[in-house]
Amino acid sequence: MTTNNEKNKIDSKVPQGPLAEKWTEYKAHQKLVNPANKRRLDIIVVGTGLAGASAAATLGELGFNVKNFCIQDSPRRAHSIAAQGGINAAKNYQNDGDSVYRLFYDTIKGGDYRARESNVYRLAEVSNNIIDQCVAQGVPFAREYGGSLANRSFGGAQVSRTFYAKGQTGQQLLLGAYSALSRQAQKGSVKLYTRYEMLDLVIIDGKARGIIARNLVSGKTERFSAHAVVIASGGYGNTFFLSTNAMGSNGSAVMQIYRKGAYFANPCYAQIHPTCIPVHGENQSKLTLMSESLRNDGRIWVPKKKEDAEAIRTGKLKPTQIKEEDRDYYLERRYPAFGNLVPRDVASRAAKERCDAGYGVGPTGLAVYLDFSEPIQRLGRDVVEARYGNLFQMYYKIVDENPYETPMMIYPAIHYTMGGIWVDYELQTSIPGCFCIGEANYSDHGANRLGASALMQGLADGYFVLPYTIQNYLAGEISTPRFSTDLPEFNDAEKGVQERIDRLMKIQGKRSVDSLHKELGLVMWEYVGMGRTKETLEKAIVEIKRIKKEFWSDVFIPGDGKDQNTELEKAIRLADFLEIGDLMARDGLLREESCGGHFRLEYQTSDGEALRNDEKFSYVSCWKYKGEDQEPEMLKEDLNYEFTKVQQRNYK
Amino acid sequence: MENKLINITLKVWRQRGPKTKGAFETYKLDGVSVDSSFLEMLDMLNEKLISERKEPVVFDHDCREGICGMCSLYINGHPHGPDEDITTCQLHMRKFKDGETITIEPWRSHGFPIIRDLMVNRTAFDKIMQAGGYVSVNTGGFAEANAIPIPKRIADEAMDSASCIGCGACVAACKNGSAMLFVSAKVSQLALLPQGKKEGARRAKAMVAKMDELGFGNCTNTGACEAECPKNISITNIARLNREFLSAKFKD
Repeated sequence: MTTNNEKNKIDSKVPQGPLAEKWTEYKAHQKLVNPANKRRLDIIVVGTGLAGASAAATLGELGFNVKNFCIQDSPRRAHSIAAQGGINAAKNYQNDGDSVYRLFYDTIKGGDYRARESNVYRLAEVSNNIIDQCVAQGVPFAREYGGSLANRSFGGAQVSRTFYAKGQTGQQLLLGAYSALSRQAQKGSVKLYTRYEMLDLVIIDGKARGIIARNLVSGKTERFSAHAVVIASGGYGNTFFLSTNAMGSNGSAVMQIYRKGAYFANPCYAQIHPTCIPVHGENQSKLTLMSESLRNDGRIWVPKKKEDAEAIRTGKLKPTQIKEEDRDYYLERRYPAFGNLVPRDVASRAAKERCDAGYGVGPTGLAVYLDFSEPIQRLGRDVVEARYGNLFQMYYKIVDENPYETPMMIYPAIHYTMGGIWVDYELQTSIPGCFCIGEANYSDHGANRLGASALMQGLADGYFVLPYTIQNYLAGEISTPRFSTDLPEFNDAEKGVQERIDRLMKIQGKRSVDSLHKELGLVMWEYVGMGRTKETLEKAIVEIKRIKKEFWSDVFIPGDGKDQNTELEKAIRLADFLEIGDLMARDGLLREESCGGHFRLEYQTSDGEALRNDEKFSYVSCWKYKGEDQEPEMLKEDLNYEFTKVQQRNYK
Repeated sequence: MENKLINITLKVWRQRGPKTKGAFETYKLDGVSVDSSFLEMLDMLNEKLISERKEPVVFDHDCREGICGMCSLYINGHPHGPDEDITTCQLHMRKFKDGETITIEPWRSHGFPIIRDLMVNRTAFDKIMQAGGYVSVNTGGFAEANAIPIPKRIADEAMDSASCIGCGACVAACKNGSAMLFVSAKVSQLALLPQGKKEGARRAKAMVAKMDELGFGNCTNTGACEAECPKNISITNIARLNREFLSAKFKD
């Protein structure tokens, strides 16, 4: 499958030298673009979440001309806004032994040794700058009475390094980036294109030179040229239909550049978040996350006795009637060192294990309890309310039960995708001039992301990494004049987009887009979910193929393809989700080991922990598109751990 | 959670485009689970319309957990519906009775022209933000985050103001179509913090001028905005904005 020759093509461009000096060295020697030339260079940024907005704002400040696109009505709506818990940084304000190295190490270990060391170290290194930057912007982080910044703990760490703004950290960080972006929009260095959706990448002479985007209000496609294109369009968790992602979150921009030659790395690494509100019924449209920060104080349990669990499910018993000695705090029991704060993948699998064994609660038996009675007694209701009040209110509004009086019910749900577009050390994809940042790329989190690290990565990429590395590329473009969008490459790309839309509109079948998407979601959850096997993954590939066929022959999209059309928008995205689902299953099938978010039931230790196979699978799988209905090809980037000792993760 | 189903009648505002005339359409919807969210109920309606080969009702929505500010809707005469302190996406059908008729309209305000059906254009809020809703710092070149201590009380107060999600319910609720609650929340957040204080006067003037220019009405202190705000943004923010604004004018 992989020849040596092809393997050599994957060049991660990691600078030489000791780990702690790589980034400093890189910055010292990279090429820069002088201010007069910056004005002559255009950059397209697709997406306005933490990564996209921070990149667009910073590139605008530097003097580039930025065109920033989002599908929502305002940049401030991007789904980064919904991140609740916090953002990590190695400030060591708590004097509890934190350091850049420890944050790096925790992230590498949390990722189950499947991330690139040099990128992760750089992430830890710039984490402190992010906090300084956000405070300067007026982000109202939580503070102690003395006026200094407060911290809390998150899963997978033994220090308190998470900065937060109530349970709305993502909102406050995004509004910070959005305000910086607004300032540039006012200055004219950034032009905002809201309610626009990218539908293809334009490549001229092998370099990314622009995009085709659809104006979602007029329904018309339009052409945009630039000297570089940055994709910051987020993850592909909505392949599962039900996820904690926003309804509009999609993997289409990522698939467009994949089809144009960018590698898709580690598609099978998807994170299942342990603390979401359980599914209520068939019409459920999305799953709501309850922040991981709740696991700081909340205790997770199920009944010790099956008959108690059964009685709860049928409504004969209430959780508050189960005596202390009859409760199984299974995370504290299995992982005494980390307890309720084990990483997300570990906590999710443990919940599934209990429910599969018949101890689950709630009407469906697919839920466990997250209990606050002990912290309420210990700290008082006021303190618990100050820490988690908005989350408790949200739970109450959705479930109609008061978490101050009865334990919350939670269950795992798809939340984040660690896989994504392959990028080198400079965050450049395998297409020259096309960069990918934030959740959309694969870097930094390996096979599992730790809590409060997504916000860190998005802002690190956008504020402090890309603005440097993109100049190393653009320095070679200073003599490239602005070019016209009348070039044949733009014509062809727009024609291709139009043909795809026409093809979809012409089907006029019987199935709604959502009904097909839900079908795909069930296949993904059942066969490519928390516990995968060779059989389930093979079955998924067959089933996805069937749904894909049905989609392309029987979908019904009302209205006009050249007008505003919300069903058409969903159909274009679903066509790509079907391809992503296939890639996820293929990748999971080839990876015959368990690591982080990828758990193969065939590969586990005697006590049910993930069993990696470092000898055979210590690599990044990079999928290369080979054409419609062709099998993609898998290339490998070998992972070499020079500075950390690779070991089995142990949270006991 | 109970698994009860209700039957409802919906009166939904349908309007093809900003310039065309709109009207209410009536739809019957049976078997809606009371555990569904309001938007899941609208999904059901749209699935039904699609099965009848009709065009679905267009409405804005995204995160469906009450934070992105994308969803709107005037439901039975209230922005974000009859429940308190939540957005439309968090409103659940258990708040409605079996057999009830529910009226759904878009935000109606001069500042927010209708795009289609229930979807409106809120770009004006972005423009107000662009006029001055930021601290003028570039990336990099900042002080160490703990260099300026900020009392917890001040930080908490700034956080309360910063909770605004920019949905526009305050404008929709206001008989004058004023955006004062939105503007004052941002002005307050930044005026409270030492980082934002220095350009407080300039910010207040610029944002208010832009709001006026974009056709939002004046504030007459009716308090409707505060009552309908899904995030409980307090009207005291408006008092602070007025102070900032007046002191800025005196300095001129």
